[in-house]
Amino acid sequence: MPDAKGPDQIFQGALTKGEILLPKCEDCGAYHFFPRVLCPHCHGAAISWKQATGKGRVHTTTVVRRKPEWGGDYNVCVVELDEGVRMMSRVEGIAPGEVAIDMAVTAFVGEAEGAPAVLFKPSEG
Amino acid sequence: MTAELRGKSAIVGTGHAGFGEAHGLTAYDVMAQSALAALGDAGLNLSDVDGLFCTMMEDSMPALMAAEYLGIQPRFIDGTMSGGSSFVNYLTSATMALDAGLCDVALIVYGSNQRTASGRLVTASRPPAYEAPYNPRYPISAYAMAAARHMHEYGTTREQLADVAVAARAWAHHNPEAFERGPLTREDVLGARMVGDPLTVRDCCLVTDGGGAIVLVRADRARDFPKAPVYVLGSAAESSHRQISQMKEFTVTAARDSGARAFAAAGVTAADIQAIELYDAFTINTILFLEDLGFCAKGEGGAFVEGGRIAPGGVLPVNTNGGGLSCVHPGMYGIFTVIEAARQIRGDAPGIQLKDVDLALAHGNGGVLSSQVTAILGSQNTL
Repeated sequence: MPDAKGPDQIFQGALTKGEILLPKCEDCGAYHFFPRVLCPHCHGAAISWKQATGKGRVHTTTVVRRKPEWGGDYNVCVVELDEGVRMMSRVEGIAPGEVAIDMAVTAFVGEAEGAPAVLFKPSEG
Repeated sequence: MTAELRGKSAIVGTGHAGFGEAHGLTAYDVMAQSALAALGDAGLNLSDVDGLFCTMMEDSMPALMAAEYLGIQPRFIDGTMSGGSSFVNYLTSATMALDAGLCDVALIVYGSNQRTASGRLVTASRPPAYEAPYNPRYPISAYAMAAARHMHEYGTTREQLADVAVAARAWAHHNPEAFERGPLTREDVLGARMVGDPLTVRDCCLVTDGGGAIVLVRADRARDFPKAPVYVLGSAAESSHRQISQMKEFTVTAARDSGARAFAAAGVTAADIQAIELYDAFTINTILFLEDLGFCAKGEGGAFVEGGRIAPGGVLPVNTNGGGLSCVHPGMYGIFTVIEAARQIRGDAPGIQLKDVDLALAHGNGGVLSSQVTAILGSQNTL
C-alpha cells in the first residue's frame, strides 16, 4: 500500500499544513509523544490523532551558549502540553534566558533546521 | 544480579592507558594498551581471555573490532551499548557468564582518543529525530535541564553544583594519574564560561583520551592471582529512557532502582559503603546519584555536597580519584568507577588511599541520565 502512512509521516505531514496533531490511545485514552505505532502507557495499538490544544508550560529549560558570530545564544526547553505529553522545543519571542520553568506557553508551527516544527511563544494574558 | 550471584566473581586485575593525551594512538590502540595493563596486573595473558566485554564510541560492532585487534577468539562476547554505564553493566553479564561456565577469564575493556582526535565527544549514535531540530548540545543541554529542574524544585544552588567540581579537584590534586590537578575554587567554577545554563565549563567533565580494563574470574580461583581479589557482591541496572524529553521526572533517576537492587543483592546498605565512585559527567550527576542511591534524601543533595563534605577530609569520600570532572573522561567514564572502587579495596589507589576499605560502590550512568547501573564491590572480608 504505497499510500499508507506511518505515525511519523502523519505527524510531519500535519505540520506541513500548519497543524499539530497528537497521537492518542483509543484503549486507555492517554496521549503520547513522540508518535509511535503503540501506546507506551497501556501498549494498546489503536491510535487516533487529535488536534493539539497548543497550551502548555515550560517543564525545564536551558540556554545553549553560542558565539555571536555563529548566531548567538538560543533556548532549548522541554514543554509539557495540557494533553500531558512533553516535547523538546524552544520558546521564541523573548530572550533565551527569560524562558522560565512553569511559564505558560502556546504552540505554533514554525521552522527549525529548514523544516516545519512545533515552536512555542509565551501565552498572552 | 540476584543474591545467588553474590560474590561469585572477582576482579583480579585492573589497568588503564593513555590518560590525558594519547598522541598518535587510535582509540583501539588505547583499548589494547589498557587490556595489556589489566592482564599484566592479573598475571595473565591475552591468550587466556575467552570472554570479551567491550563497547567503543566509534563503531556499531566494537566487540568484534576489539577481539580482532587483540588477536583473540572469545567464546563469549557482550557489546551491549548503554553509554557510559555499559562497563558497570558488564559486571553483571561477566559474572553470569563466568558462573555458567560460558567463559573462564572475562576482560572488560574500553579505549578512546577523543581529545587528540577531535577535542570533543565522538559518537556513532544519531541525534533523536524529535529533538535534533532544536539543536540541543549533547549531552550538556540534557544535564543542564535536569540541573535547572533540581534548582527549581529543591532550591539547589549553582554554588552547591560548583562544590561538586571543587571536591573532585581536591581529590584529583593528590592523584598523579589525574589530568587536571591544579587548584579550583567555587569562584573559579561560577566564573568559568557558561556553556548551557546553569552549567559552566567547570561543571562539565573533562574531554580526555584514555582507556581502562578489568579482568574477572570465578570466585573459586580468585585467590590464585598476584593481587587481592575484589568480589562483585551485587550489580543491577535500570533503564528509564533514551531522549531527555522522555525522562519522567528530571530530578529522579533510575539509580533509585538500580541502587536498591544492587544493595539487596549484596546484603548491605548505603551506610556500609566506605568509598563511593559515581559517574560525574556533570556536577548535577553527583547530587542526583547521592540522593537516588540513598546517601541523602531527595532534594537534599545540594546541601549534602556543600562546603567540602564530599572532599578529602569530609564526611563521605566520593570520587576519590577525582572523577570524570578532574581525573579522566574519555567519552565514557563508567569503567573508571569500577577500577577506582577496586583499587580502594585492594589498597593501591593512585591518589588518596582510604583506610581499610572493605566495601565500595561504583555507579555508572549512560545516555542522558538514561541508563543507571550500580555495583557493590567487596574485599575477602565481606564474603
